[in-house]
Amino acid sequence: MNEQTANEEPFEAAQTAQTAQTVPEMPAAQDPRGQAGVIPAVKATQVHKVYGSLHVLKGIDLTVMPGTVTVILGPSGSGKSTFLRLVNQLETLTGGSIEVDGELNGYRHVEQHGADVLQTLNDKEIARQRAKIGMVFQRFNLFPHRTVVENVMEAPVHVAKVPKERARQEAMAQLERVGLADRADYYPMQLSGGQQQRVAIARALAMHPGIMLFDEPTSALDPELVGEVLGVMRSLADAGMTMIVVTHEIGFAREVGDQIVFMDGGVVVEKGGPEIIDEPKEARFRDFLSHVL
Amino acid sequence: MARRKQPECPEVPNEIKALPVRRPGSLVAGVIVALLAVMLVRGMATNPNFEWDLVWKYLFNEHVLNGIGWTLVLTVTSMLIAIVLAVLLAVMRKSVNPVLRGVSWFWIWFFRGTPIYTQLVFWGLFAVLIPHLTLGIPFTGIHFWQMDTAQLNKVIAPGFLAAMLGLALNESAYLAEIVRAGLEAVDPGQSEAAQALGMSRSMIMRRVILPQAMRIIVPPTGNEVISMLKTTSLVSAVPFSLELQFATDAIANRIYKPIPLLIVACFWYLVVTSILMVGQAWLERYFGKGFDGQSAMPAGGDGGDGAAEPKAKAAPKASIDGDRTPEFLGLNA
Repeated sequence: MNEQTANEEPFEAAQTAQTAQTVPEMPAAQDPRGQAGVIPAVKATQVHKVYGSLHVLKGIDLTVMPGTVTVILGPSGSGKSTFLRLVNQLETLTGGSIEVDGELNGYRHVEQHGADVLQTLNDKEIARQRAKIGMVFQRFNLFPHRTVVENVMEAPVHVAKVPKERARQEAMAQLERVGLADRADYYPMQLSGGQQQRVAIARALAMHPGIMLFDEPTSALDPELVGEVLGVMRSLADAGMTMIVVTHEIGFAREVGDQIVFMDGGVVVEKGGPEIIDEPKEARFRDFLSHVL
Repeated sequence: MARRKQPECPEVPNEIKALPVRRPGSLVAGVIVALLAVMLVRGMATNPNFEWDLVWKYLFNEHVLNGIGWTLVLTVTSMLIAIVLAVLLAVMRKSVNPVLRGVSWFWIWFFRGTPIYTQLVFWGLFAVLIPHLTLGIPFTGIHFWQMDTAQLNKVIAPGFLAAMLGLALNESAYLAEIVRAGLEAVDPGQSEAAQALGMSRSMIMRRVILPQAMRIIVPPTGNEVISMLKTTSLVSAVPFSLELQFATDAIANRIYKPIPLLIVACFWYLVVTSILMVGQAWLERYFGKGFDGQSAMPAGGDGGDGAAEPKAKAAPKASIDGDRTPEFLGLNA
C-alpha cells in the first residue's frame, strides 16, 4: 500500500528517487511468499535507459523475491520489454543498478585512487551471469538448423559442458515437462508456434536458471495456441520458479501473478498484488485495463 | 502415417478438363528458335574448319588431362584459402576494433579494385619486388631465419604458389562480401537467444550464426567456384604453364590449329563446371536443412495427426526458397 501511495506522481524523478530508499524493505514485508532477510532474486534500483535522445526508462525500482511471479503490464512502448532485456543484459544500463541474487549485473566495484568506481565485466563474466537467467522471447528464436532436442541440449553441452548423453536425457526430461518429447527429432519450423514456444521454454529451463524471463511469450501466437504456452508457464509458477513475465494476458496475470506492475512512459505507474487488476488506483492503469479486458 | 507417404490424388467428381489456352505466338517463336538451333548445330558439324577429327584426337591428350588436373588443384586450393580468409575478413569487418575493421576494408578495396590479371603479374614478380624474406624482431637488425623468395617459385611447380595466392587473395575479397551479407542476414534474435543461454561471442558465431549464414553464402559461393575455375585460365600471366588453357594453347601453337584445341578446352571446362553444379546443389540441400520441410522429416518418429500438418505448413517455405535461388545465380553470374 505504501508503495502505491509513494508512486502517486511517477513522472517526478525526484519523487521516485525518494521511494527508492523505502523500496528495499517493503516488498519483503508485503509479499505473501517473501520473508524478511531473504536476498531478492532481482532488485532494480533507479534504472534508466536512454537510446540516443529517447528516454525509455526513467527510474524503475522493482524487487522480485525468490519463488514469486511478477507480471509487468503496460502499453507498447512503455519500456517493459527493455526492462526485461536489461535484467538479462541484452541491453546495457544507462543509469541505476540491477542486482540478481545479490550480485551486481554487468559491473564490479573497484577502488581507484581511493574512490569507489564501477569496472565493466568482460564477456565471459557477463555470459556466466546470463546463464543463471532463462529467457523466452516473443519470436521464440529457436535455432532453425538444429532439431528440437538439439536446441534444448545446445547450452548444457557447450556452455555448462555436460556430457552429451546426459544432456540428451535431461533435454528429453525438459521436453517431457512441456509435453513435446514426441517432437524431439523435428526441426523447429515443422512445429506450430505454440509448440515452438514450449520448446523455447524447455531450452531455457535446460540451463537450470534461478529466474525465468518471459518477453511477451504469447504475442506472436494464434489465439488457439496461447493456452498451451500459458499452461506450461502456470505449471512452472506452481513449481516455485521465480518469473518475470511481460504480457498482455490479464487473466494469466490475475491468476498467477504475485506482484503486478503497470508501466507506462518509462515509469512504474502502479504496483501491488493481483487485486490491483480489479481495483486499479491510477487512472492510467484503469484506462489501460478497460482497453485490454 | 498414411499421409506421410506420397498421398493419392483425391477424387473430385466435377473435375475440370478444359483445353489449354491458345498461344499461337509462342508456337511460332518455338519453331523459329528450334530451326535456328538446328542450323547452328548442323553448321558446326559440317564446317570443316572445326576439324572435329583433331578435337577427338587431342581430347584425351596427356598434356590436356594433366592440364585439367592442375586447373582443379588451383581452383580447389585457392578457393579453400579464399574461404578461410573471407570468413576472417567478414568477422573483422564486423569487429568492435576499428583497426581490424579498417584493415579488412582496405583489403577488400584493394583486391576488388584492381584487375586479377594485373595482380597475377604482380605475384609473378614477387621475387623481384621482395628478394628476401626474413623472420626476426621488427625494426632491429636481428633475424632468426631468412630465405630467397626466388626459391618459392620452384615449390610444387614453377609459378604455382604465385598463381594460387594471386587467385586466393583476389577471391577472398569477393567472398568476404558474400560472407558478410550472409552473416547480416541471420535474424538478430538468434544471437540474442544464444546470449541469453550464456554462450560466448565466438561460440555464437561458430554454432549459431555461421551455420545459418551458410545457407545464404553457399549459392553465390558456388558461382564463385565456377568463376574461379575459369579464372585459372589467366594464370599464364604469372606465368604458370601447366593448367588446361595453357596446355591446349601450347598444342595449338605447335600444330598451328587453334580452333580444335579451343573446343577441347571448352569441352573440359564445361564438364568440370557441370560436376561442380551438382556439388553445389548438394551443399544447398545440406545447409538448407531445417528451412525447407522436406529434408528434415524425422526417421522413425511417430507420426499421428500432427506430422502431416507441419509438412503442409513447410511446403510454401520450400517454394519461396526455390524462387530465390535464381536470384542469387543472376546476381553473380
